[in-house]
Amino acid sequence: MVKKVLNFLQVGVLATSSYVTSIVVLLIIIFLFNEGAGVFTKSLLEEGFVIAVNKSNKLNAISPKDIKNIFDQKITNWKQIGGDDNAITLFSIDELPNFYTEEEIGSDFEYMDTCINNYIANHPNVLAYFPERNVAKNFQGKMIKVGTLGVFEFVKGKEWLPTARPVAQLGILPLLLGTLMVSLGAILLALPFGLVTAIYMAEIAHPVARKVLRPIIELLAGIPSVVYGFFGLIIVVPIVQKVFSLDVGETALAGSIVLAIMALPTIISIAEDAIRNVPNNMREASLALGATQWQTIRSVVIPYSKSGIMTGAILGIGRAIGETMAVLMVTGNASNMPTTFLQPVRTIPATIAAELGETANGGLHYSALFALGCILFLATMALNLYVQLALKKRNR
Amino acid sequence: MMIGNKKLTQSIFFWLFRIMSTVVVLVLLTILYFVFSRGISTISWDFLTKAPEDGMVKGGIFPAIIGTLYLIGGSLLFAFPIGVFSAIYMHEYIKKGKIKSFLQLMTNNLAGVPSIVFGLFGMALFVNKLKFGDSIIAGSLTLGLLVLPVIIRTTEEALKAVDDNYRMASYAMGASKLYTIKKIILPIALPDIITGLILSIGRVSGETAPILFTVAAYFLPKLPHSIYDQVMALPYHLYVLATSGTNIEEARPVAFGTALVLVMIVLVTNLIANGVRAYYHSKYKK
Repeated sequence: MVKKVLNFLQVGVLATSSYVTSIVVLLIIIFLFNEGAGVFTKSLLEEGFVIAVNKSNKLNAISPKDIKNIFDQKITNWKQIGGDDNAITLFSIDELPNFYTEEEIGSDFEYMDTCINNYIANHPNVLAYFPERNVAKNFQGKMIKVGTLGVFEFVKGKEWLPTARPVAQLGILPLLLGTLMVSLGAILLALPFGLVTAIYMAEIAHPVARKVLRPIIELLAGIPSVVYGFFGLIIVVPIVQKVFSLDVGETALAGSIVLAIMALPTIISIAEDAIRNVPNNMREASLALGATQWQTIRSVVIPYSKSGIMTGAILGIGRAIGETMAVLMVTGNASNMPTTFLQPVRTIPATIAAELGETANGGLHYSALFALGCILFLATMALNLYVQLALKKRNR
Repeated sequence: MMIGNKKLTQSIFFWLFRIMSTVVVLVLLTILYFVFSRGISTISWDFLTKAPEDGMVKGGIFPAIIGTLYLIGGSLLFAFPIGVFSAIYMHEYIKKGKIKSFLQLMTNNLAGVPSIVFGLFGMALFVNKLKFGDSIIAGSLTLGLLVLPVIIRTTEEALKAVDDNYRMASYAMGASKLYTIKKIILPIALPDIITGLILSIGRVSGETAPILFTVAAYFLPKLPHSIYDQVMALPYHLYVLATSGTNIEEARPVAFGTALVLVMIVLVTNLIANGVRAYYHSKYKK
């Protein structure tokens, strides 16, 4: 009886363990999306600050974009955002001494709240931006609701300025483009060289050469990405800078080159395995028909191992999209819209790694980085699922 | 004429392949040469056993080595048993079907999650939700989740390689399934399982993104006292030295030394793993 219970318990432990990975994937989804969703619900206004207008103003809410434009002086009249035809008077707390004397404000700023209150009450066209703690008890102005970020603005916004004041700019288009450029560039560089090397090792090279190369390539697949990043920083970045005579060598191209070098070992080993899985009698049949070795490789071996090679390529893309440290070290991390490969870019993983350390836990910026994490997770998950479905089909 | 053409095409392409492959191998070897040639002069007994000095441009990397050892130990302590148990259950107990393919799918999905996402997750769950703070335990658990799929995969391969006849013979003697696994299958598969374990040491020691926000400290001359302390770690140390130290140029030698230590960990674990594999395979063939 005891033995049976023990037996049952042991199998239970085994069974529970096997569900850990599924639970973790589920938890990742829950936590990432839970934190990331905050980017669409939290106020874009700098934390602890409010925007208020005179009571006579008929507007109750202003979109974040309009607020930014007002502060950039692109919108100067209330009419432009649906108010009356009056010029907007901007007011921020730094300007208080321009309107009130030191005595009125008080030596310890004790009457500051009243002054702000008076200013807003006396200026019908004011738009005031000041700390929440300076809202007077008998506040006579009207608080303006600042809308939240829309999904569309998030994806199509061209500015990533998460700490901008008064409203944060959270457009991820430059980051998306940066990620795509760097990883596609890497794959375009790595695929031809990787596949050729794999074919060479599997079909052409002397078996001894293969025996020597294989462990070296396995070793290089295991080298940490920071080491590749360091190599890129010291060797690749200066070369890129010199060859294209740039001001800075930290560019999308440098990122692509470093990522390509990193991806080579993976692509080579997966593709080589796929090529070596081609049955030998296929090769022999082709050779027996009078085809040369090259013709056999081109028209028998490569077509036969195509899906395996594709798998390697797609997994390589997934790796490249998610790679963080090496890219962070060599791409310069400028979050402007990328136009060429010869300018600094910033990728999604690099953004998370560079900025998460400086965010307030639970704040808007924190949520925005988790939302980036969600995008990254979904993209790699989609590639992963595609590969696995393709593999399953092939195995059938 | 035709034959001449065919031969000509072949040799043109073969030469092209040869040249491209040589370029690839040269580039890859350059990296190893780069790390070894510049790092070797920094490596000394003092470098390995002393704390950083003078704003990290002098002295050693001892706290970072210790921190990485803690993280390796902590993550594998967690991931190794769960990974092996999981693989045993998936390979020996579940029959082919929906549950099995679901579990395998999830394991593969976890393997494909980018390391920075593990960092985010570790920060949200272990550091903030469970309130471990930046600590060895938070970092170890995060890294453990990252290598879990690796360990499951290598263990499954090891179990697959065990000849079915052993299982049949054991059952025929009246042994139970659990007994067969414990006394017959695991001992045979053990070398390959250990190989996987050793290779995952290399993986854990080099990961940076998952530890950025869960454990890694910029500079900590003291060694940790408990699992709730922060530690320095080799890959993060290299990142800091290479990009954000106070004196980047002067810190170069230390950075090269750190890079070499990291590469050596990968090299040594690879060699040991291959050694274990070769030794046991030759033993079994006899």
